[in-house]
Amino acid sequence: MNKVLLGVILGGILGIFDGLTAWFTPAARAGLAGIVVGSTFKGIVAGVLIGVFARKVHSLALGVLFGLGVGLLLAFGIASMQHGYYFQIMLPGGMVGLIVGYATQRYGSSGQVQHAR
Amino acid sequence: MMWLSDQVVDQLRAAIELPDLTGTRYRTVRLIARGGMGAVWLAEDTFLEREVALKILDLADSEGVLASRVRQEALILAKLEHPGIVPVHDAGMLADGSLYYCMKYVQGQTLDQHVENLKSVSEQLRLVQRLAEPLAYAHSRGVLHRDLKPSNIMIGPFGEVLIMDWGLAKQIGTPNLDNDSKIASVPLTARATGVVGTPGYMSPEQSQGAAADPRSDIFSLGAVMVFILTSGGKLLQSLPRPLQAICSKAMATDPAARYQSVEHLICDVEKFVEQAPVNAYQESVFERLQRFAARHSTALVLVGAYLLMRILFIIFSRH
Repeated sequence: MNKVLLGVILGGILGIFDGLTAWFTPAARAGLAGIVVGSTFKGIVAGVLIGVFARKVHSLALGVLFGLGVGLLLAFGIASMQHGYYFQIMLPGGMVGLIVGYATQRYGSSGQVQHAR
Repeated sequence: MMWLSDQVVDQLRAAIELPDLTGTRYRTVRLIARGGMGAVWLAEDTFLEREVALKILDLADSEGVLASRVRQEALILAKLEHPGIVPVHDAGMLADGSLYYCMKYVQGQTLDQHVENLKSVSEQLRLVQRLAEPLAYAHSRGVLHRDLKPSNIMIGPFGEVLIMDWGLAKQIGTPNLDNDSKIASVPLTARATGVVGTPGYMSPEQSQGAAADPRSDIFSLGAVMVFILTSGGKLLQSLPRPLQAICSKAMATDPAARYQSVEHLICDVEKFVEQAPVNAYQESVFERLQRFAARHSTALVLVGAYLLMRILFIIFSRH
């Protein structure tokens, strides 16, 4: 499995999980479907960006930092739209980015093919 | 009456034993080792101005069985070109009719000296992997060593691993020189009984005088591996079970139950090093989970931390 696909799948799964945990907040239950879709989309976008980075840069430290940064940035955007809950949204978002960043650096193939001349 | 000191007597004895290298370009420096068939001398190649090792047959018996064995050893070594096999530079006959061959002089430590420096199992297994490479190469060329043991393995000054003393080596398919009652000066292990090898390291079939094959060398390699892994007083039973299983399979009494090639043995060693399942050991479900956790510990910690954070968020949001 290539790194981009790994990032997409992992980001999507964690995004779905993130969205579903909103069920434990009674005030958010009414909009749960939208939350799950949005969270999944955020996870997939993060996964694509982090996966592409992992294909280009082979450094565990940089991959983790980039993942953390992308996760925090996307989560900040979501939190801004919510006009609040910055900590509750950005902390999990940052962790998802961190996990995807680690996984894409550690696992998955680069998928780069060397052509013989 | 003048008495000679022990030191003088030793020097005189050494002078008498010196081989006659007249007519060659070598000059004797000192004796390195003496074996059943002859001696190995440190010498100087006066033409190339470098140190070499000369293996010289004791008897001036250029057509006898011992000479055939030495000639076979030199021929085998000359055909094996591998960084882990000591190269032969030259061969010939001395003025007194003794056969000799000249090989690279290896300065370094024997395996039993070197293992004291190895602290971790991974370092020890890396040594086993490097040791297996020249043996696998020799087998690919149809050559059996038949006397692999720690004292026949040297670690060179650059960390290179060399298999030495191919005196009992055999090209598969060539006549067996072992069954000959005329080899009076050859150790019992290689005489009319046809038994070749060293007790403790030779395979069961070798100890019974049966024909050896590559699996016999694998048995010896397994014994050397156990020697390395248990250096410093460690017990084999204290090692991880997959590693114990690899050693057991390499040293199985029945050749059919052993690894069938050096490559198969090293493949399992590499799998163990990579924390992957090895062919020699059937893991339980619990052991499989343990290995998975050890191999992916960081990822599991990260996911665990994420789940813990989520649970704490849920708990605090209810309050």
